[in-house]
Amino acid sequence: MNQAAQCNKLSKSLLIEMYGKIVRIRAFEAKVTQLFLRGLVPGTIHLSTGQEAVAVGATSCLRPTDRVMLTHRPHGQALAKGMDPKKLLAEILGRADGCCHGKGGSMHLADPPVGIMPSLPIVGAGIPIAAGIAFAFKYDASDSVAMGFFGDGATNIGAFHETMNLAALWKLPVVYVCENNLYAVSTRIQSATLVEKLSEKAKLYGMPASTVDGNDVEAVYLCASEAVDRARRGEGPSFIECKTYRHSGHSRTDPATYRDEEEVKEWMQRDPLILCRRAILKRGYLDDKGCSDLAAEEEQLIEVAAQFALSSPEPEGMKALEDVYKDG
Amino acid sequence: MAERCLRTVEALREAIEQEMGADGKVFLIGEDVRIGGGFSVSRGLVDRFGEKRVLDTPISEIAFTGLAIGAAMSGLRPIVEYQFGDFVFCAMDQIVNEAAKLCYMSAGQVDVPITFRLPVGANRRGAQHAQCTESIFMNVPGLYIVTPSTPYDAKGLLIAAIRNENPVLFYEHKLLYSFGGTKNGQLESLNQPVPNEPYTIPFGKAAVRREGQDVTVVANLLMLHRALQAAEQLQKEGIEAEVIDPRTLVPLDIETIRESVHKTGRILVVEECQPTGGWANEVIAGMAESTAVPVLYRRLGTAPTPIPYTTNMENFVIPSVDRIAECIREMLRKS
Repeated sequence: MNQAAQCNKLSKSLLIEMYGKIVRIRAFEAKVTQLFLRGLVPGTIHLSTGQEAVAVGATSCLRPTDRVMLTHRPHGQALAKGMDPKKLLAEILGRADGCCHGKGGSMHLADPPVGIMPSLPIVGAGIPIAAGIAFAFKYDASDSVAMGFFGDGATNIGAFHETMNLAALWKLPVVYVCENNLYAVSTRIQSATLVEKLSEKAKLYGMPASTVDGNDVEAVYLCASEAVDRARRGEGPSFIECKTYRHSGHSRTDPATYRDEEEVKEWMQRDPLILCRRAILKRGYLDDKGCSDLAAEEEQLIEVAAQFALSSPEPEGMKALEDVYKDG
Repeated sequence: MAERCLRTVEALREAIEQEMGADGKVFLIGEDVRIGGGFSVSRGLVDRFGEKRVLDTPISEIAFTGLAIGAAMSGLRPIVEYQFGDFVFCAMDQIVNEAAKLCYMSAGQVDVPITFRLPVGANRRGAQHAQCTESIFMNVPGLYIVTPSTPYDAKGLLIAAIRNENPVLFYEHKLLYSFGGTKNGQLESLNQPVPNEPYTIPFGKAAVRREGQDVTVVANLLMLHRALQAAEQLQKEGIEAEVIDPRTLVPLDIETIRESVHKTGRILVVEECQPTGGWANEVIAGMAESTAVPVLYRRLGTAPTPIPYTTNMENFVIPSVDRIAECIREMLRKS
C-alpha cells in the first residue's frame, strides 16, 4: 500500500486531534520561552518546537496503559501522552504543584498514571529502562507496550547497542522512536557517525527498523501504529527513525549559530504544524476558521496552565529531604 | 531437630529460592546464572523456576541493569547478579544516575526494588576481579549497602534486601562463600545455625560479635573474620577486643559503635576497601562528631594500589590477622 492510500485511512477525528496536540505543544513551548525570558524558570529548557509531529504521531497510537520513557527534551511527548499542562508547567517553574513537586524540573518529568515514566536526560539511559518496562509487560502477560524516545546522539552510546541486541533477542514489546534532528547539541550527525540511516543500526540487531519523515505526523503515526501493533502481538521490538529539526538551539543557552541559514530556512518551510494544517484544509476536515478556533482553544488552555503554575507556591526547602528512599 | 548450619553459598541460595517461591514478581537476571552464576549461588534455581524467571543475559551490564530498573519500576522485584563485583562499573550510570535517583526525581511516584548482588574481595585473580567497591557507592544517596559476613546474615539480609522497596547493593565476599556448614571448625561464633524458614535482619543494626573492654574493632566481610581471629590471639595476651560487624554500611549503625567506644576509648576500623575515601572514615567521623570521651582512632585498609595477582603481593596489600593484632597492640601501648 502506498503512503497516500494509507494516509486516507486516517480518520478525520484522529487527524484533527493530532493537529490539536501539535498546536498545544507549540503554544506550550512558546509560553515556556516567555516565562523563561521573564526569569521565572530556575534552570534551562530544551524546547521541542519543530519536533511536535514525532511526539504526537508516535504517542497517538498508544493506550493510556502503555508507557513512555522520555529524554532531556520531554515537554512535547509528555503533553502528547496526556500530561496535564498545568502540572507540567508548574514543574518547569519548580513549583509545589508540579508533576514532581519541584524535585524534577524540565528534564525530569513523571506522571505514571498516564504512562509517563520519569524522563531521563542522561543520553541513552532510558533505552534499557524502556526495555525493562516492556519486559515487565511481557512477564505479566499484558499486551501493553513501552515506547522509548531518544535523539540521534543516543545511537552512538553503548546503552543503545546493548539494548537493541537484548530487546530483539528477547522479543520485548517496545517501540524505539529516534528523533533525528541532525544535531547532538552542536555536533552535526555527519561528524558523529558514518551510518547515514540510523535505522540501519537497529536493523543490524535483528529488529524491523524504518526511517520516516518526522515532520509528517501521519507518516509517523502510521509507522508507529504498525510497530505498536507488532509489539502488542508479541512479535517484538521495532525502531523508527524520524527525521526532524529543532526550531531553536539545543537549550536556551544555545543560539544555534552552527547551523546553515539555508538549512534552517528549508526546514522551517517543512514545519510540522504547517504541514498538518495544510493536510486538514486540503481534505476539508476543517476550514481556516476551524483551525484558528482550535488554536485559540489550545492557547487558552495553556494560558490557564500558566496562571495555575504561576500561582502555585514554591515547595518548602525541607521537602528536599523526602523521597530519597521509599519507606516500607 | 538439630540446629542446621549452612555454608554462605547455601544460605544465599536458600534465600533466593524461598523469596522466588513466595513471590512470583521476584526474578534473577545476570550472566550465566542458569548454571549458578560466577560462584554457584543460583545453581539449580532454573530447574525449579524455569527460564522465564532465571534469565541468562548477553554480556551487557548496561542493558540488563537498565532492564532490571525498568522492570522494578513496573512492579517486579529483580535480583541482578554481576559475575564479579568489579563489573558493576560497566553499569555505573544505570545504578548511580538512574536506580539511586528515580524515586527522588519523581517525588516518590516510582520505586526501584532491586537487589544487586556483587561478589567482591581479593582472591588471586588480579586487579580487575578483586576490588571491594562498597565505599564508592556510599557517596550516592538512594542506595542501601549491605555486607553480610556470616551464613545467618547472608540469608536474613538477602531476604530483607529482596523485600526492600529500594535499590540495594548486596556484597558477597568470594572467600566467604564456602564459610560455614557443619564441617567448618573455625570461628564457630560466626557459623550460627540458619533457620529453615525465611527471616529478615533489619538494615542498620550492627552485631556485636565479641565483647571486650579494651578496644573496639569494627570490620565486615572477610575482615570481620580476620578481626575475630586477631581478637582470639590477643586474648592470650590479656587484651580484650570488642568486635562489631556493621552488617550494613548504609544505613550505618553509629549508635552501637559509639556505645562500645564509650566503653573502650579506642577504635580500629578494618576494611578491605581503600582507606582513602573508604567507609572506615565514615565510622571514624561519626565517632569524632558524637562521642563524649577522648578516643584513640586507627584504621586499616588495603594498600593504595590496585590488587596485585601473585599470592605474596596480594597478602602484602590486604590487612592480615597479624597486622590487625599488631595495630591493636600498638594502640594499647599508646594509651
